[in-house]
Amino acid sequence: MRIVVLVKQVPDTSDVRKLDLNTGLLDRDAGEPIVDEINERGLEAALRYKDDNKGTEVVVLSMGPENAIKSIRKALSMGADSGVHIVDDSLAGADALVTSLAISKALERTGYDLVVAGNESTDGNGGIVPAMISERLGIPLLGFLVNMEITEAQVSGERQGDDGTANVHAGLPAIVTVTERFDYARFPNFKGIMTAKRKPVDTVTLAELGVDAAEVSSLDRTEVISAVERPARTAGTKIDDDGTAAATLVEYLATNRLV
Amino acid sequence: MAVMSQYQPPVKDIAFLLEHVVGYPDIAALPGFEHADLDTVVGILEECGDFMAKVVAPTNRAGDEEGARWQPDGSVVTPTGFKEAYQQYVDAGWGSVPLPEEFGGGGFPRTIGLIIQEMMMSANMAFSLCPLLTQGAIEALLHYGNDELKQRYLPKMVTGEWAGTMNLTEPQAGSDVGALTTKAVPRGDGTYAISGQKIYITFGDHDLSEQIVHLVLARTPGAPEGTRGISCFIVPKFLVNQDGSLGDRNPVHTVSIEHKMGIHGSPTCVLSYEEATGYLIGEENKGMRIMFVMMNSARLSVGTQGLAVAELAYQQSLEYAKERRQGRAIGATEDSPIIDFPDVRRMLMTQKASIAALRALMLLNASYVDHSLHEPDEDARKRADEIVGLLTPICKSFGTDLGNELTSLALQIHGGMGYIEETGVAQHVRDVRIAAIYEGTNGIQAADLVGRKLGVRGGASVREFLATMREVDGQLADAGEQFASMRAELKTQLDALEQATMWIFQNGMSDPNAALAGSSPYLRMWGLCTGAWLLARAALAGQATGDPEVAETQLVLARFFAEQILPQCSGLLPAVTAGARDLFALDASQL
Repeated sequence: MRIVVLVKQVPDTSDVRKLDLNTGLLDRDAGEPIVDEINERGLEAALRYKDDNKGTEVVVLSMGPENAIKSIRKALSMGADSGVHIVDDSLAGADALVTSLAISKALERTGYDLVVAGNESTDGNGGIVPAMISERLGIPLLGFLVNMEITEAQVSGERQGDDGTANVHAGLPAIVTVTERFDYARFPNFKGIMTAKRKPVDTVTLAELGVDAAEVSSLDRTEVISAVERPARTAGTKIDDDGTAAATLVEYLATNRLV
Repeated sequence: MAVMSQYQPPVKDIAFLLEHVVGYPDIAALPGFEHADLDTVVGILEECGDFMAKVVAPTNRAGDEEGARWQPDGSVVTPTGFKEAYQQYVDAGWGSVPLPEEFGGGGFPRTIGLIIQEMMMSANMAFSLCPLLTQGAIEALLHYGNDELKQRYLPKMVTGEWAGTMNLTEPQAGSDVGALTTKAVPRGDGTYAISGQKIYITFGDHDLSEQIVHLVLARTPGAPEGTRGISCFIVPKFLVNQDGSLGDRNPVHTVSIEHKMGIHGSPTCVLSYEEATGYLIGEENKGMRIMFVMMNSARLSVGTQGLAVAELAYQQSLEYAKERRQGRAIGATEDSPIIDFPDVRRMLMTQKASIAALRALMLLNASYVDHSLHEPDEDARKRADEIVGLLTPICKSFGTDLGNELTSLALQIHGGMGYIEETGVAQHVRDVRIAAIYEGTNGIQAADLVGRKLGVRGGASVREFLATMREVDGQLADAGEQFASMRAELKTQLDALEQATMWIFQNGMSDPNAALAGSSPYLRMWGLCTGAWLLARAALAGQATGDPEVAETQLVLARFFAEQILPQCSGLLPAVTAGARDLFALDASQL
């Protein structure tokens, strides 16, 4: 069984995140780059299956600039067996269409039985790349799982909505996305960090994936029309109680759609 | 209002010191450390710091509030969360990093081990004592144990699955360890029957590990009086079977645990040995030599506790100073956060600059430990060992004295809230207070500096070190006007330190009491000068990085310390050279 975990390097969620107002892109130098926590949770689920099932191979796949290798190494130090790093200058600022194309090609190259992704990243919050990969590769998608059970032939889990819980399953190969209901990841241990240095990481360009630049540029691409700074926080509203405070408060909450 | 202490491991500060101030690349170049290059080390420290902040630090409050508890059946229960955190610590393997690969360790330099300790001590000082004492016991076994003992005990102690303790103190034998009376009677089968009572045994019993390996100082029948008649034994809580499994309970019992001012999470035990089975380490009557091996190491670690708890308290007080609004600073149009007031700034800068100086000092000492063990050249090893001997009492005393002073400043910044336990900053003041006392009181350290270390090679050792510190003068002269004030102050204060040193050389032999009378202020002069010297080196290194932010931070810290803290040094000169006259002028009844 080969499980490929998709890993995105994002700016630390606890740091201040900045939008470059000229490009409309995230300023990736503004915060410490880390593995998106949702991907760590997915990795943990894959590693637990590996813990119980010898012969399981866990591959982490990341598309990102040179320094995304740091996130791949972190995943390797937690217990993944090998890494795939898609690096290509033409991918800077890639949207979901381009990203899903590159990742799909890399998945075909690496081979997979199960692909584990996060439901959405904490930087872009798009949440559509896994669905696009599913379509490009023609494999079933089990999205927004709150738990997951993997067997040799299929993957199953629960998806919770406002109205109930759906039990879903799919034969392998398949792609799943995990939610924050999955457990926190394990900490890398000292031995894991030392052995991670020796684990193989396959660094590939778009050309090596068989994607030519013309194909990428021919794709419809998301365009950023404009970017504006978040308005500064304004002072709160004070309601003086002259006997009508309750009514004023209700009206305030209603007009601001807070209730 | 409960301000939760959120520990942020200062890995960037540490990495800067390693690369630019204490010469870590030279250590990584020593034979045997090929795998411990700077990049690898920083990667490890980042993960380790993350672990300490997320797993260990959250246990700190519960540890203080609940404390370790002695149960009626004689067992000891640690506070909520300690057991789980310890298990994760063992699984992560952080204790094994600086230990020999032969026994399952990572074979990393002592310098790196000390940084791991610092971060663990910041996260939870009480918790950190269990691994710290285990490491002490491991070092004794490594240096003096026979192969059988090493094979039997070390692998599981290196992982942390088994913990260790150090049993020196008895009610009548504290600073005077030679007065101990615990007996060790040979049984004729190679083992000894150990009987007696030990007090102040840190983590003497607990529920963190399945086995506890006690290192016990005791006397064999007919042994000479004093320290010359002390032997060192291993006494496991459970006897170990031939196959390595745990056997019968050895009769060593926890009579009680102490109710202490701080480090409540660390059980401080009274242990009673009733013909417990012990195994001799090394030779009979050579126990003190074994203790001395561990002493430098443990004293550096305890000095680092002062730094570590000061760091935690500083972080907390900085957050508070940014959030707490009171009155208006000069020129402000609305209520100001207290960080805008000059006196609060003074307290913060005093903490930050002192912490930077202490960390550089601890890491410098640790780096010389590595050189003393791993330099291919014997003379280089010897010289490094001399410097370790000189710096160790300074690190221990200055580190823990400042630990007390800086945590007190952090509390002061909190105003009345600081005095309320709920705020959590009082814990740091209480926790760190013991560090100036145990592992040889700070007074004992000062006596060690004056009585033992100054005389090494007839004083040449210390004079050479002073000359080394003077070498920074030329670099400061070349570095430009910004460095001029620190250069001038450093020169003035090194002159004062040299004058004090000369006075002790001239008077110490004829009047030892006069030299001892000034020993503590003398040690502080050393702490101030070495701290300022290292900060000056850091400032020069900061400028050389070409990173304007690093350069500015390092320059300001060094300049503030040199201009505003270092001058205390020459103010201490009169106390160093006053002799003992007025200390003894009034008799005891007049005091």
